[in-house]
Amino acid sequence: MPEDQLSRVFSALADPTRRDIVARLAVGDATVGQLAEPYGVSVQAVSKHLRVLEDAGLVSHSKDAQRRPRHLEAEVFDLMTKWIEKYRQQAEERFRRLDALLEEMDETEEYPTEQRFSAGDQKGAAS
Amino acid sequence: MTSTTPGTRETLIEADPALPIIRITRDFDAPPDKVFRAWIDPDLVARWLGPRDSTIRIDSWDARTGGSYRYASVRNGEEVAAFYGSFHEVRPNARLVQTFTWEGMPDGVSLETMTFDDLGNGRTRCVGLSVVDSLEGRDAIMASGMEVGVNQGYEKLDELLAKS
Repeated sequence: MPEDQLSRVFSALADPTRRDIVARLAVGDATVGQLAEPYGVSVQAVSKHLRVLEDAGLVSHSKDAQRRPRHLEAEVFDLMTKWIEKYRQQAEERFRRLDALLEEMDETEEYPTEQRFSAGDQKGAAS
Repeated sequence: MTSTTPGTRETLIEADPALPIIRITRDFDAPPDKVFRAWIDPDLVARWLGPRDSTIRIDSWDARTGGSYRYASVRNGEEVAAFYGSFHEVRPNARLVQTFTWEGMPDGVSLETMTFDDLGNGRTRCVGLSVVDSLEGRDAIMASGMEVGVNQGYEKLDELLAKS
């Protein structure tokens, strides 16, 4: 299920240690040992976090898992950024229409001070 | 020049990786009472809400605390999506709390809280907080941009994950 995979990306990033690891890998590739150093935790613990990141497609691993440096799959982040940006653009388009409407309201409407909060068949229902 | 020139009031979106929420912030060059009115008057709402290539048909709209609403997105005369919910709280010119369900996913519901902050000088900051009932649901909303249909983003991620 695609939704599950996207959720895996988000939930992989929900853990602060994993976000740290990602930040570290964003600077450059690193081995499990190098990644474990700053946390004062076992290589096993870091490996476990890395597995979650790998399952989400955020980090790539090689066959020689102990030695080979881990690599951040920046593409996945680009994709997430694109989704958020697309969502933002759609919201922005909507709000620009609202901007235009607010301007029109200036020009064409002198609305009463007591506002109408209902409409259609509800008109005047509050009275 | 200040930081509130029109060029800097673009929509800000925040999505928390750990919580199923979306926060959206946008400033408007109008006082809170006017912005609020554009948000709750159905005739005005229909003029800006919804995707660019479709029109909004409002089926019911009772914007009072405890009221409800339903509207549909119509493209070429055909209903492409419908949404409904209740107005949990309508606090004039200050706060609007609604539930929101897309009928295509009837088990999904989000809680939408919009606040209208008076920035002075006839300006308003709208801050919308959507609380979705699952991370999956939130991610689906983010990925789809609220649009119904095939999602190329997911397909791309599938391809990417298949490669890795």
